Amino acid sequence: MFTEAARPGLLSLIIKYNIWIMLALLVAASSVLSEHFLTVQNIYNLLRQLAPLALVSIGMLLVILTGGIDLSVGSLAAIGGMFIAMMMPALPFDGAFALIVCVVAATALGALLGAVNGILVAVFGLAAFVATLAMMTIGRGIAYMMSNGQPVRFPKELPTAQLLQAFGNKGLPGLGAPWPVVFALVIVCLFVVLLNRTSWGRLTVATGSNETAVRLAGLPVWKYKFLAYTICGALSALAGMIVTARTAVGTPVTGVGLELDAIAACVIGGALLSGGKGTVVNTMIGVLVLGLIGNIMNLLSVPAYPQQIIKGLIIILAVLLQGVAPRLTRRV
Amino acid sequence: MDRLQMRGISKSFGGIAALRDAAFSARAGEVHALMGENGAGKSTLMKILSGAYDHEGGEIVVDGVALDIQGPHDAIAKGISVIYQEFSLARHLSVAENILIAEMGRTNLLDSAAMHRRAGDLLRDMGFSDIDPRQIVGDLPVAYQQVVEICKALSRDCTILVLDEPTAVLTNHETEKLFDLVRRLRARGVCIIYISHRLDEIFALCNRVTVMKDGATVGTWETGALNHDQLTQLMIGRALSDFFPPRTAEIGAVALEVRGLMAGPMVRDVSFTVRRGEVLGLGGLVGAGRTEVLRALFGADPRQAGQVLLHGKLVKIGSPREAVAAGLGLMPEDRKQQGVLLNLPIRSNAVMTPLNPFLRIFGLLNDRAERAATEEMRRDLRLKAASIDADVGTLSGGNQQKVVLMKWLVSRCDVLLLDEPTRGVDVGAKAEIYRVINDLAARGAAIVLVSSEMLELIGMCDRALIMRAGRIVGEVAGNDMTEEKIIELAMGRENVH
Repeated sequence: MFTEAARPGLLSLIIKYNIWIMLALLVAASSVLSEHFLTVQNIYNLLRQLAPLALVSIGMLLVILTGGIDLSVGSLAAIGGMFIAMMMPALPFDGAFALIVCVVAATALGALLGAVNGILVAVFGLAAFVATLAMMTIGRGIAYMMSNGQPVRFPKELPTAQLLQAFGNKGLPGLGAPWPVVFALVIVCLFVVLLNRTSWGRLTVATGSNETAVRLAGLPVWKYKFLAYTICGALSALAGMIVTARTAVGTPVTGVGLELDAIAACVIGGALLSGGKGTVVNTMIGVLVLGLIGNIMNLLSVPAYPQQIIKGLIIILAVLLQGVAPRLTRRV
Repeated sequence: MDRLQMRGISKSFGGIAALRDAAFSARAGEVHALMGENGAGKSTLMKILSGAYDHEGGEIVVDGVALDIQGPHDAIAKGISVIYQEFSLARHLSVAENILIAEMGRTNLLDSAAMHRRAGDLLRDMGFSDIDPRQIVGDLPVAYQQVVEICKALSRDCTILVLDEPTAVLTNHETEKLFDLVRRLRARGVCIIYISHRLDEIFALCNRVTVMKDGATVGTWETGALNHDQLTQLMIGRALSDFFPPRTAEIGAVALEVRGLMAGPMVRDVSFTVRRGEVLGLGGLVGAGRTEVLRALFGADPRQAGQVLLHGKLVKIGSPREAVAAGLGLMPEDRKQQGVLLNLPIRSNAVMTPLNPFLRIFGLLNDRAERAATEEMRRDLRLKAASIDADVGTLSGGNQQKVVLMKWLVSRCDVLLLDEPTRGVDVGAKAEIYRVINDLAARGAAIVLVSSEMLELIGMCDRALIMRAGRIVGEVAGNDMTEEKIIELAMGRENVH
């Protein structure tokens, strides 16, 4: 009936797997540039540093899939990290149970602030950029006020704190894989399943793809948007706690600029800022690409300021590959 | 008894009646054509049926029960689905997910295998076993997307299906397959309302036809009882009113000459001339390429070939900026998106042109000169506004169009390309716009007027070129300029007779 046939050429393969190719190239380049790169220790260190960004990027992806954006993730991460640092010594009991209570409470706080974003966007119809921009400054203000702008240190001998630090710095017995990485992996798997295998996930994508279609199906569009922001807030707070676990201090400047890295990871992973397109796995590749760029440049001792320029250029390159290349193959 | 009955339906927009006591009824198991000129009220009537609009009077009765339709979603829940030309599909999701989207909301965990099976069954039932339910909708050809949209409606137990110009985007072969699908649905007892301008499709597919005109129902006939000519007569049969102001313009030298213009698939080898003081009509069906001709002339779309001569001199126009510099002005089809800046005042809109003559050195604005000029034009065009500082968004549609014209007057354009200048404006404003067009022509402007309203072409133009599928297929002028003749050219002789 229709003559439009798919053309499986080399070019279309390259386009389809462009971020995998990019990742492979970066790994290859890193291994050539430095003999220290392909060591278990370096890889684990790299991944440990990337775990918070991975969590935030998943939250960001959810929001972007609905066609929104969340600029407040960095501020919410700071609040999460501060909150756990202050709550641990304040609890009348300690140990594993206390840690769980703290983590749940801080996550709930992040979810609550995310939910405020969600209500503003999904119910009151504010532009996501504006609503979350406001939450970004409000959140940062809260983080500073929590300790008058000072970093919060907690007593090292507190059993709860020792557990938290062990989580941040130790690894799986035997394998040595850092706990934050294991935790991030679990969250990644969870959201791969949620987005692909549940109606909630598919309808979240559908909301960003064509809101009208979802509304005409009689489904509550606002709910999918609201949940995306709420989850994004919760994941941001978790990310902040991981930072605190690793550094043993909660600081109000945690996560400044984190939103930009998270957006970059989604975009490098092929997510459309207009919504409807993007996957968790590809976003994680985006996180790795960002991390590797930094790692390579550190190995090459590139100073910090040029690093930012190179990072920006690579983001442009990645997006050009996705945006321009398909246009080249699609001829009328 | 008829399955669907709409009786005494009325609807007005801003005091202008779009539907007056319209009636429509259709049976189960029939394909019922709804016909009429643009603006006759077909779309409004169907939007009321689909819950997109409220209706002010009358009732909608299905199976003898009066329905109160609360909105589009409610209409779908009651078994009424409209397939518009623009589909409401989630392009990034699979075929199965789109078809079963409403059901997805009722489960938590998805059983993709079952979904693919169900969607596959539906597609196979409809004769489209070659559509893979796993495929991403955005990757499908348009015709298949339409099938997906129809299957989506069917999965929600749609029993009244409205198809709005479904073949507009299809090739002949695809149209055949769509007809098969429609016949299959009819055999199952679905009540299908079919909107199309193509007469041959009506006779090939439809059992009955209802004709609308000026917001009212002319009548319903068995398709077999009519021939092409009779149906055409029913659609247009109205005397040309003396609605159009008299013309006094003197026709002068050739102002614009276009030779062999080619631009994309919609503009094929278009040549014509317009003289000073002349109003040249450009008629044809929606999608015949009229807008594209104007856009290509104006430099808004790329051209593949063709020459443009202004006042006998060859000009090179590669961008709207160059077009304006050469003396061309375009009043675009979509006023609110392309014509005016709604939240800026009238005077800013009026001087928003690359040739603002009031600029001082370094491009500084000359407020006083601008105001004086805008005030003058406001009097000239009889623009109804509180002040020239009023935002354009606060004006009526007709007055917004006058603001669009202002900026071409400021730039001293003497060839004006007007694309559906009276679309969406009320009758009074229409007459005002006609008067302004005549005034401009009298002052020696050459005017190209694109219009879907045949009466407008006949009433306003000295002659009219009729386009079909990107080509000019004929010219009408003088006594030759009749609605029958224009329709015949626009649809193609073979389609009318």
